[in-house]
Amino acid sequence: MKGISREDVRHLAWLAKIELSAQEEETLSKQMAEILNYFKVLDKVDTKNIEPAYHVREIKNVFRPDEPRKANADEILKLAPTKKGRYVKAPKIV
Amino acid sequence: MKMQSAWEIAEGVRKGSISAVEIVEEFFERIERHDKEIRAFITVSKDSAIQQAKEIEKKRREKKLGRLAGVPIAVKDNICTRGIETTCASKILKGYIPPYDATAVRMLKEEGAVIIGKTNLDEFGMGSSTEFSAFFATKNPRNLNHVPGGSSGGSAAAVAKGLSAVALGTDTGGSIRCPSAFCGVVGVKPTYGLVSRYGLIAYANTLEQIGPIANNVIDAALLLSCIAGHDPHDSTSIGENKDYTKLNSSAKKLKIGVPKQYFEEGTQKAVSDAVWRAIKKLEGEGAEVEEIDLKSVGYALASYYIIAMSEASSNLARYDGLRYGFQDSSGARDWSTLFSKDRKAGFGFEVKKRIMLGTFALSAGYFDAYYLKAQKVRNLIIQEFQRAFKKFDVLIGPTMPTTAFKLGEKTVDPLAMYMSDCDTVPANLAGIPAASIPCGSSNGLPIGLQIMAAPFEEGKILNVAKTLEDILGVYAE
Repeated sequence: MKGISREDVRHLAWLAKIELSAQEEETLSKQMAEILNYFKVLDKVDTKNIEPAYHVREIKNVFRPDEPRKANADEILKLAPTKKGRYVKAPKIV
Repeated sequence: MKMQSAWEIAEGVRKGSISAVEIVEEFFERIERHDKEIRAFITVSKDSAIQQAKEIEKKRREKKLGRLAGVPIAVKDNICTRGIETTCASKILKGYIPPYDATAVRMLKEEGAVIIGKTNLDEFGMGSSTEFSAFFATKNPRNLNHVPGGSSGGSAAAVAKGLSAVALGTDTGGSIRCPSAFCGVVGVKPTYGLVSRYGLIAYANTLEQIGPIANNVIDAALLLSCIAGHDPHDSTSIGENKDYTKLNSSAKKLKIGVPKQYFEEGTQKAVSDAVWRAIKKLEGEGAEVEEIDLKSVGYALASYYIIAMSEASSNLARYDGLRYGFQDSSGARDWSTLFSKDRKAGFGFEVKKRIMLGTFALSAGYFDAYYLKAQKVRNLIIQEFQRAFKKFDVLIGPTMPTTAFKLGEKTVDPLAMYMSDCDTVPANLAGIPAASIPCGSSNGLPIGLQIMAAPFEEGKILNVAKTLEDILGVYAE
C-alpha cells in the first residue's frame, strides 16, 4: 500500500455512502495513509496457524419462538422525517 | 459541602431521613450553578426526574424501594432513554427520541434511580477527549484548560463535579476508564457479556460494554450489581446477576502481575511513580508482586483500531436518514445520492474517517492484510491474558500513560490521540474486566491506576480497588 490517492478516497466514500467535500478528501488522503502505515506494525507479528478471534468467546445462534410483541407503532413512525400516511417515504431504488 | 455517596442517598431515602425530591432538586441546583462552565450535559431531564422522585416518595410509604432509591444518575448520550432525546453527540441523531429504554436504564429505574440527564461524549464514542462531540467540548472539572478524557467525558466530569451522584458510561477501547482517570473518579468496564448492550447504540459491538462511573468504589459496585445479568434482548449477555457490594478490603496473598509494557516510553514519570507507589502499598499489605512481560500488548492498539473501525463501518451503515435521524432536504431523488448527502451533513469528520478506514480494511484485496490479521493478533492477546491469569489474580498498571492533556492539544493529530489509548484497549480486545481508580495527582491533575482480571472476576478487581481506596482515600483536590 503506497498511500491513499484522492481517487482511492472517492472510491471508498462511494462504498461507504458518504459525500465528501474537496477539503475532506484532501485531509483524508493524508491522514488515512498515515494511519494505515501505522497499522503495518502488525506485519511484525507471526500469526501462522493462529485462528482469528472474531469474538471473545464462542457464540452460537439463539433461537426463540417467532411471536409478535407489542410496540408503539405511532411512537416509532413519528421519528421518520418524511412519511406518506403510515408509510416511511424512501427515494426511488430501481 | 461534603458530597453524599449514592449508597448514603439510597439508604437515607429508604429510611425516610432524605427526601428523594429534595435530593434531586439539590443536584439540579448544582447543575445550574456549574454546568455552564463544565458542559457535561447535552440534555437535562428535570421534569421527568422530579416526577420520578415523587413516585419514589409515594412508594416509600408502601415500603417498596429499590437499591438505588432516589439516587440521581447521569446517562451517557449513546444509551437509549425512553422519551428523552438520545443523540450520540451526533447531528445525525439530533431529535431522536427513543421509543424504548436500554436494558441497563430499565434496570436502574426499577431500582429507583432517577435519570437527571444525558451526558456529552465524542460522537458515537469515537475519541478520547470528548472534543469530537458535534455540539461542544466538555471541560475537566479539576482544571478547565484540560480535557476530561473520553469518550464518556460528560459522565466522568458530572460525577467528579458532583453534578450527579453516579453515571453510566460505555467503554469500547477505554471510554469509561480514560475519563475516570483524567477526572479522578472510579470507573469499571465490565467483562464482555456481563451487562446487556440492548439499547446501547452500537459503535464496535464485539468490544463495548456499559459500566458504572462513581466517586467511590462501593458506589461503583452498587451500580454494577444493579445492571449485571443476562438479558434475552442481547444474546451475547451471559452474566449472572450478582451482588458486588460485599467487598473484602484485604491484599493478603493477592498475586499481582505488573506488565512491563505498561511503563514503557511515552508514560509520564509522575504516572509510573504514582502507580508503583500504590503497588508497593499493596505489597505492604501482604500482596505478592511480580513484573511480567505481555509481548503482544504492544500490538493491541493497531489491532484494536482496525477492528473497531471495521465494526463501525458496518454498524453505522444503518444511518440512512429515512426511518429516523437527519435527512438532507436538497431534493436528491435517487437512493445513493440521498443516503450520501444525509451522511455528509450528519456525521462529523472523525466519524467519517473511521467509517472510511473500516470500509478500507474490509474491502476486497485488503481484508486479509488488515481485518483478518487484526483478529489473529487479537487471539494472541486473548491467549496471553489467559496465561497471565493462571498465575495472577490481577494485573495492575497505569490507566492512561499521561494525565489529562490540554484542550486542543491532540485534535489535529489523529495518531497522537489514538496512541493515548494504548493501555486501555487490550482489555476490550480480550473481553476482560478492568477498572480505573485514582492513585494520586501531578500538577493538580488526577492519575488513574488500572486493575484488570480474568473474565467475570469483577469481584477481585473491586476488592483491590477498595483496599487501595482505604489506604489512599478518595480523590481530593
